[in-house]
Amino acid sequence: MIPELGHFALILAALVSLILGTLPMIGAHTNRQAWIAVARPAATALAMLVTFSFACLTQAFVANDFSVVYVAQHSNSLLPIEYRVAGVWGGHEGSLLLWILMLTWWAFLVAVFSRELPDTMVARVLGTLGLVGFGFLLFILLTSNPFERLLPGAAEGRDLNPLLQDPGLVIHPPLLYMGYVGFSVAYAFAIAALLSGKLDAAWARWSRPWTMAAWIFLTLGIAMGSWWAYYELGWGGWWFWDPVENASFMPWLIGTALIHSLAVTEKRGSFKNWTVLLAISAFSLSLLGTFLVRSGVLTSVHAFATDPRRGIFILIFLVAVIGASLTLFAARAPKVGLGGRFGLVSRESLLLTNNVLLVVACATVLLGTLYPLLIDALGAGKISVGPPYFNAVFVPVMSPILFLMGIAPFARWKDASVADIAKAVKWALAIGVIVAIALPLVYGQWYALTALGLFFAAWIVATAILNFIERVQHTRAGRSFLATAFSQPRSFFGMHLAHIGIAVFVIGVTMVSSYQDEKDVKLAPGQSVDVAGYHFTFNGVKAVEGPNYVAAQGDFDLAVDGKFVRKMNPEKRNYHSSAMPMTEASIDAGLLRDVYVSLGEPIDRDKPEGEWAVRVYYKPFVDWIWGGCVLMSLGGLIAMLDRRYRVKARAATQLPAGTQQA
Amino acid sequence: MNRYYWILGAFAALVALLAVGLNLNPRDVPSPLVGKPAPAFTLPQLAEPDKTLSPKDMQGKVWLFNVWASWCVSCRQEHPVLVEFSKKVDIPLIGLNYKEVRGDGGFDMGKMPADEEKKLAWQRANTWLAQHGNPYKLTVMDLDGRVGIDYGVYGVPETYVIDKAGVIRMKHTGPVTPEILAKKIMPLLAELNK
Amino acid sequence: MKSRHKKLALIGGALAIIGIIAALVLNALNSNIALYITPTEVAAGKAPQGKLFRIGGLVKEGSIQRQADGVTIAFVITDTAKDIPVAYKGILPDLFKEGKGAVAQGKLNETGTFVATEVLAKHDENYMPPEAAKAVDDAQKAANKHVSPSSAEAAKAGN
Repeated sequence: MIPELGHFALILAALVSLILGTLPMIGAHTNRQAWIAVARPAATALAMLVTFSFACLTQAFVANDFSVVYVAQHSNSLLPIEYRVAGVWGGHEGSLLLWILMLTWWAFLVAVFSRELPDTMVARVLGTLGLVGFGFLLFILLTSNPFERLLPGAAEGRDLNPLLQDPGLVIHPPLLYMGYVGFSVAYAFAIAALLSGKLDAAWARWSRPWTMAAWIFLTLGIAMGSWWAYYELGWGGWWFWDPVENASFMPWLIGTALIHSLAVTEKRGSFKNWTVLLAISAFSLSLLGTFLVRSGVLTSVHAFATDPRRGIFILIFLVAVIGASLTLFAARAPKVGLGGRFGLVSRESLLLTNNVLLVVACATVLLGTLYPLLIDALGAGKISVGPPYFNAVFVPVMSPILFLMGIAPFARWKDASVADIAKAVKWALAIGVIVAIALPLVYGQWYALTALGLFFAAWIVATAILNFIERVQHTRAGRSFLATAFSQPRSFFGMHLAHIGIAVFVIGVTMVSSYQDEKDVKLAPGQSVDVAGYHFTFNGVKAVEGPNYVAAQGDFDLAVDGKFVRKMNPEKRNYHSSAMPMTEASIDAGLLRDVYVSLGEPIDRDKPEGEWAVRVYYKPFVDWIWGGCVLMSLGGLIAMLDRRYRVKARAATQLPAGTQQA
Repeated sequence: MNRYYWILGAFAALVALLAVGLNLNPRDVPSPLVGKPAPAFTLPQLAEPDKTLSPKDMQGKVWLFNVWASWCVSCRQEHPVLVEFSKKVDIPLIGLNYKEVRGDGGFDMGKMPADEEKKLAWQRANTWLAQHGNPYKLTVMDLDGRVGIDYGVYGVPETYVIDKAGVIRMKHTGPVTPEILAKKIMPLLAELNK
Repeated sequence: MKSRHKKLALIGGALAIIGIIAALVLNALNSNIALYITPTEVAAGKAPQGKLFRIGGLVKEGSIQRQADGVTIAFVITDTAKDIPVAYKGILPDLFKEGKGAVAQGKLNETGTFVATEVLAKHDENYMPPEAAKAVDDAQKAANKHVSPSSAEAAKAGN
């Protein structure tokens, strides 16, 4: 009964989203207040219906209701409760429902936190979100119903893919989808602005915190996925340039450009068309990513089970949404004014360069991702584009971005002087060069790319500090340094923190790719292996039993300089319900390095107590990669909480009260 | 027209590429065997191991040939569809049990004697059918997968429609869904049985 | 006039950047893509010498052997028509099994052994990677073109 209720709620939700997508839009166009007023309640109802539906599916999972096909395929009575809940988004249908859930929550949040916005604007924003939601609800109802029954019910479920039975994977999809879907808000704001013809600083200011929120989630989601791949896949890699990873990375690159472009539009009124185009692109790339992942046109380790009908549906949806948006853009863009003028060297021009580079970086990723498809479509054979392509292209494209990141905060709006900037950053340049020359030598080997990476990291941190000091000195006006420092706007802190996050990330990537070490060896119990000064002694393998698997658990002693550090217990798991073995690596994580052991297979299958193939890694600074991402998100969060966005809100809500008194 | 319309052009090109890509779906590759006589084999039956079956025995009938194995997870997904089909439709459904023991991966085949493999295969296949229902008129056992290779099996499950003359008329790769059954297989069967 | 110069400079700069990057991309694509080649094509000498490529097919039953060092593995990839010996040093993916599909990336050495630097198996226990499937399919197609289906058996038994 409950699954039927969930299904029914989804059908209702589709109806409500259609109402939300039409009435307020028409109302805003023809200026009918009653129709405009439908927007907020409809968005609220939509969010409640989808939340209810999602709860129904969760209940089916928790209660092991294997008469629901989707539950029977992605759960099992032995599955621990936390993974039963995570199983809700463990497959195509459920993850799509999660997508819609996120979308309706975003719309609900817009409905709640938009009191300072004109009603017609809210109506258009929510209407756009309603239309997008309607498309996805149709998609799920027509091709991917998660509530479909299996009659008679299965006695036992197939179990969740063992790869997904992991805490990292429990939170990775929700974070990622929050980011993906969050760009729909920036998109809806852009469409609303195009429809109303009012592309101004106010629009940019409203749009900024929402865009930032989506970007934060996307950053964390991508980082979480990368961290999961690192410890769960047992290959020690953290990024594979897999089509699915690229699908999430492209909206991130465009989203990053959008954040910066929005800043210019808000402060100077420039780049309006460009900003709108980025907002449309960021969401379009999210949709494109969805298409690539779910249609099966690209082969990827992550690909969902494919069904051509789904591919066709998303493609039609993609054409409708993106095609309509771009047509609207092309029709309206020529009428949008140019905004503030700026000099050849100015904050604007530097940010524009950064934007262009980010877009180019995104284009190279898109090209690399779609190239195999293009070659296949031309009938020229099947090819794969591997990580070397992306690495070869990415380093040169990102390098100027990293360099400009240090300079731009010093450049004044409108017109800046090269000499002033050079004077301000000369010490940072010196520090960067010294670090680039010295640090690799201290660490062992000097490589040009290592030096380059470390230079940029040092450069970004040093310029951030110099810029901070300079700004405090300028705004001091007799107060103490510290008091002035703490009175700086949050967006200023946020920006530098996020930039320092990039530096930390660059350090992680540079160090781990320059100095990591790995060994594949055959070990008998009692034998040991050394990697980068870490001594691993293998004490054999014993059988252990988990809730829904049995595993061979290796027993290793890790020692440094002859001193015992800790036990390490990597596992090779065999899940009862699947013929698929799983490698669980054991990692000793540290601030400056990780050491990592994973079990291969027994040399002789009949003698698991004997020799094993074993892989050991030394990964310097690898955790800085994800630490950097966390700092970036934190910077974004602080910037998002800038008083400016809230003061505006308060001023707007107080105004009616003030006029009443008068 | 204005200078912004080139963006639409670029987008149209991308869509065209994606649409072509959809049709390149590797699982929809038409089988080279469609339109060809079904490859011959003689395999022991699951129910009565002493009896064998050849495609010749099915001559004059339209029949379905379904590849399955107890270790195949997707087979469990399609199985209820087949059970339902066998209850409703009077068309022989022959099962090809494909590499019952070898395909599992949990056994060391180098160490297993042939008769033990045989015993284990029969036992596993029978247990599985007893658990999930038996839609098959009969099942033949392809322990080493040789017949599977002749039929171009590259994943389990797969389903073939074979006509009265013994010619393969359709191959479906992956689980049979109710839609595929209703929209593709049933109309074809009706036409072949005319 | 001045603002026109500025615009020209900006456009020129952007074009220069795009030009450099296009060159980079083309160069990287040229040297870093790996072509998929089927075992039949490798046997026919169609594989590029000294260049990275990928082969796909089934891992032949009973062909996996460990070398004495314990971490080098030899196996045979087949598209059911031709067999190619493969050597790989390292830990195989969890889903790598005899009789299942796999894709290997590497180079051919002088003795005709494919030295793999990477071995992939799809994260799905029922299906082989599409490239592997294609290789098997092509071999089937070829077999059916030249010989009648019943004698395809003989052709396969031959190797």
